[in-house]
Amino acid sequence: MERLYLAIVLFPLAAAVLAGLFGRQIGRAGAHSVTILGVGISFAMSLLVLKAQWFDGMAAYNAPVYTWAVVDGVTMNVGFLVDRLTALMMVVVTSVSLMVHVYTIGYMHDDPGYQRFFSYISLFTFAMLTLVMANNFLQLFFGWEAVGLVSYLLIGFWYTRPTAIFANLKAFLVNRVGDFGFLLGIALILMATGSLDYATVFGKAPEISGQTIELWPGAPWSVMTVACILLFVGAMGKSAQMPLHVWLPDSMEGPTPISALIHAATMVTAGVFMVARMSPLFEYSDTALSVVLVIGATTALFTGFLGVVQNDIKRVVAYSTLSQLGYMTAALGASAYAAGVFHLMTHAFFKALLFLAAGSVIIAMHHEQDIRKMGGLRKYLPITWLTSLVGTLSLIGFPGFSGFFSKDALIEAVGHAHRVGATYAWLCLLIGVFVTALYSFRMYFLVFHGPERIDAETKAHLHESPWVVTVPLVLLAIPSVIIGWATIAPVVYGDYFGSAILVREPNNVLGELASEFHGPWAYILHAFTAPVPYLAFAGALTAWYVYLRNPGLAESVRRRFSSLYTLLINKYYFDDFNEKVLTRGSVGLGNVLWRFGDVVVIDGGLVNGSARLVGWASQVSRQLQSGYLYHYAFAMIIGLAVLVGWLLLGA
Amino acid sequence: MFTTFLFYALSTVLLAAAVGVITVRNPVLAALCLILAFVTSAVLWLLLEAEFLAIVLVLVYVGAVMVLFLFVVMMLDINTTTLREGFLRYAPVGAIVAGIIVLELGYVIWFRSEGLPMNRLLVPRDSSYSSTEQLGQVLYTQYLYPFELAAMLLLLAIVAAILLTLRHRPGIKVQDVSAQVNVQSRDRVRIVAMKSESE
Amino acid sequence: MVTLSHYMTLSALLFTISVAGIFLNRKNVIVLLMCVELLLLAVNFNFIAFSRYLDDPAGQVFVFFILTVAAAESAIGLAILVVLFRSRRSINVQELDVLKG
Repeated sequence: MERLYLAIVLFPLAAAVLAGLFGRQIGRAGAHSVTILGVGISFAMSLLVLKAQWFDGMAAYNAPVYTWAVVDGVTMNVGFLVDRLTALMMVVVTSVSLMVHVYTIGYMHDDPGYQRFFSYISLFTFAMLTLVMANNFLQLFFGWEAVGLVSYLLIGFWYTRPTAIFANLKAFLVNRVGDFGFLLGIALILMATGSLDYATVFGKAPEISGQTIELWPGAPWSVMTVACILLFVGAMGKSAQMPLHVWLPDSMEGPTPISALIHAATMVTAGVFMVARMSPLFEYSDTALSVVLVIGATTALFTGFLGVVQNDIKRVVAYSTLSQLGYMTAALGASAYAAGVFHLMTHAFFKALLFLAAGSVIIAMHHEQDIRKMGGLRKYLPITWLTSLVGTLSLIGFPGFSGFFSKDALIEAVGHAHRVGATYAWLCLLIGVFVTALYSFRMYFLVFHGPERIDAETKAHLHESPWVVTVPLVLLAIPSVIIGWATIAPVVYGDYFGSAILVREPNNVLGELASEFHGPWAYILHAFTAPVPYLAFAGALTAWYVYLRNPGLAESVRRRFSSLYTLLINKYYFDDFNEKVLTRGSVGLGNVLWRFGDVVVIDGGLVNGSARLVGWASQVSRQLQSGYLYHYAFAMIIGLAVLVGWLLLGA
Repeated sequence: MFTTFLFYALSTVLLAAAVGVITVRNPVLAALCLILAFVTSAVLWLLLEAEFLAIVLVLVYVGAVMVLFLFVVMMLDINTTTLREGFLRYAPVGAIVAGIIVLELGYVIWFRSEGLPMNRLLVPRDSSYSSTEQLGQVLYTQYLYPFELAAMLLLLAIVAAILLTLRHRPGIKVQDVSAQVNVQSRDRVRIVAMKSESE
Repeated sequence: MVTLSHYMTLSALLFTISVAGIFLNRKNVIVLLMCVELLLLAVNFNFIAFSRYLDDPAGQVFVFFILTVAAAESAIGLAILVVLFRSRRSINVQELDVLKG
């Protein structure tokens, strides 16, 4: 089995290296063929692994592959932990990656950096697989950083655009802030348990749960709480929770395929995966879980608000992603890890679908991205229209679609949680359902329905995208519809995750709810007893009314609530704060350290100063060498007198 | 009694002569003061029953070294007027340092000299004692090597002194014996081919 | 009564006078050399005194050698002085500062 896992990880890497280093030699066709082959093989083998883990009931595989270093008793390996959680993630990552690879053939057809792009997305697949298959913190961190790096490379793919460069640097720096917390968390865990290996750390979790650490004297904190909160800071950076969410909308500067792959389905879900994987640790810290819950819920609601006022098609979907990530995080915070990961899976499919559909619209509109300049596109782009509709319905949680199952399970779990902040979170998530439906259908109606506001020149060339673009859309639409229905029973309310996720008894909301679960059909009916689907319908109806029936209403509302609108347009002033306070502050600090610290103190005082001191000292000492014989004799005599005097007095 | 008086008288003269060496203007007078100092100290050494060395002091030091000094002083055309400036300016400092040294030495001699026969009085030896003989007995047996080395040292001094001051005046016709010996036939005779006169 | 301390005091005084002479004299190299001779004389006194009072001929042997070395040293010193005078036409110590730092 080890060879299988190695193959899964290494085939995309090999393909990335070939496409990257030998892109010119193998040509465009060669590049896309070799990378699709690599990821395709990974996908097929991931399916095999899933089958082995779930259907054949294979036990979790946890073994090192290669020992990199042993330092002071801490062993640093490369190893694999493949259990049910890993298998699920692997299938999600490789399937979406494969769809994106095929899609890219169409999307990046005219781009001069074709081979480079394929190399990068294959490299990303390798990094993400390393992350999910890791069996120790160090490899996790390696994968974490690698996906951050590839994200940086891909956001700035069109590197001649200043906005792209600004965005990729912003993404990397904000991620870095999260990574700093992450690294501190790993260090604290290493300090408390003496190991980086998952199995060892999880085994010691009950012991550590009682320990405290004094971060500053006189204030003991629980080690588990501090470590979990720090790890979650890393997740905040990677999964774009507030306040570290600012990079995700800017990351839309990258080509649409990567928005689908990285910023919807895989990289941003790494944080969610990580918290689920660390459930044996988080379960011992109620405080940390409350923090996760509150931050997740806040992100879910407030970024949803921002999605309502966006005019760029990709930005709407980006804010939608931010909101859904908030939902997943809130689920984790309520100890409903299975529900969170389930939503991760369904979201990967329908969000990737929505992004790719948006990309299809963009290509058709010759890279026009403003939805105010679209409208009525369903006549021209039928497949894109239908798949978009499927994706949107799934996103809002229309009963029967995948998103419905995962969202409902999630919201119910949060509602039943007994944790501090659960009520607040539940309310946020509920309102969020309305907001999600509102912005999703706003976008849908403005793009595909209603009067055509398309520019004449673009309209003349409007046609459906090639099959390499539409086939992935269809292939992603299928799971967006059925996978929720098919897998909710084992994954959320069943025993799919087994020992991969630990939930302690008092927190086990899903366990409580499982007793009320009687199968997917019953679940759909049961859902109508809760406010969720009504809120979703209300949101869709509002969108239909405002944007199709009474278009002037939007404008008048905006004028009435102009200050609120300004707040939303400026993204709650997070970006302004970051730029004006943090960035300028750092630059200012750098300036001060340069002008004063470096030039005056170090150069002037230490370096030049020591030289000047030596010079001055030698000027003075030079006087001793007068060249006169009698001076030297005198010096000798004085020395003699002093020496004899000292000997006499000392002895 | 007499010896005590003699000691004090001679010491006074000696010290006065020493001061004279460093204070008189004329270097010839300074040399003469030094000669006085040496002679006086020779007499003091006689008091200490070191006859051989006292005579040697007079013969060698006064007779040879001081004569050499006087030669040099006479030979060099010294301008005596410029020689005394600056003496008084530095006198206080010099006096202080000298005073410190004297005090330290005095302190050691009078207060810190345990184990030395500081208060022993001399018993004059009888007339059969000859310091020359004593010296000779030790010098050529125990101190033979230093003696030979001292001889080498003197040879060295002669060679060095001559080498330093020897100068070749140009234009003097002098025979260079080694050059004469090293001459070769080709430096003296040049064979020229000439036809014989006969037809 | 003359004891060892008297002779040692005499020697000390002689030594001090010659030391003072060395650094008070700034104008005449010859006087410098003469002071050096006085130094050696003072030391010789010490040796002879000790030799007499401690009944050890080693002191006198040492004086013997000091006399030898002093003679050699003054010869060479004067030779240097002559050469110096030839090149600089002056025996002023204050003009001998070529080795100034």
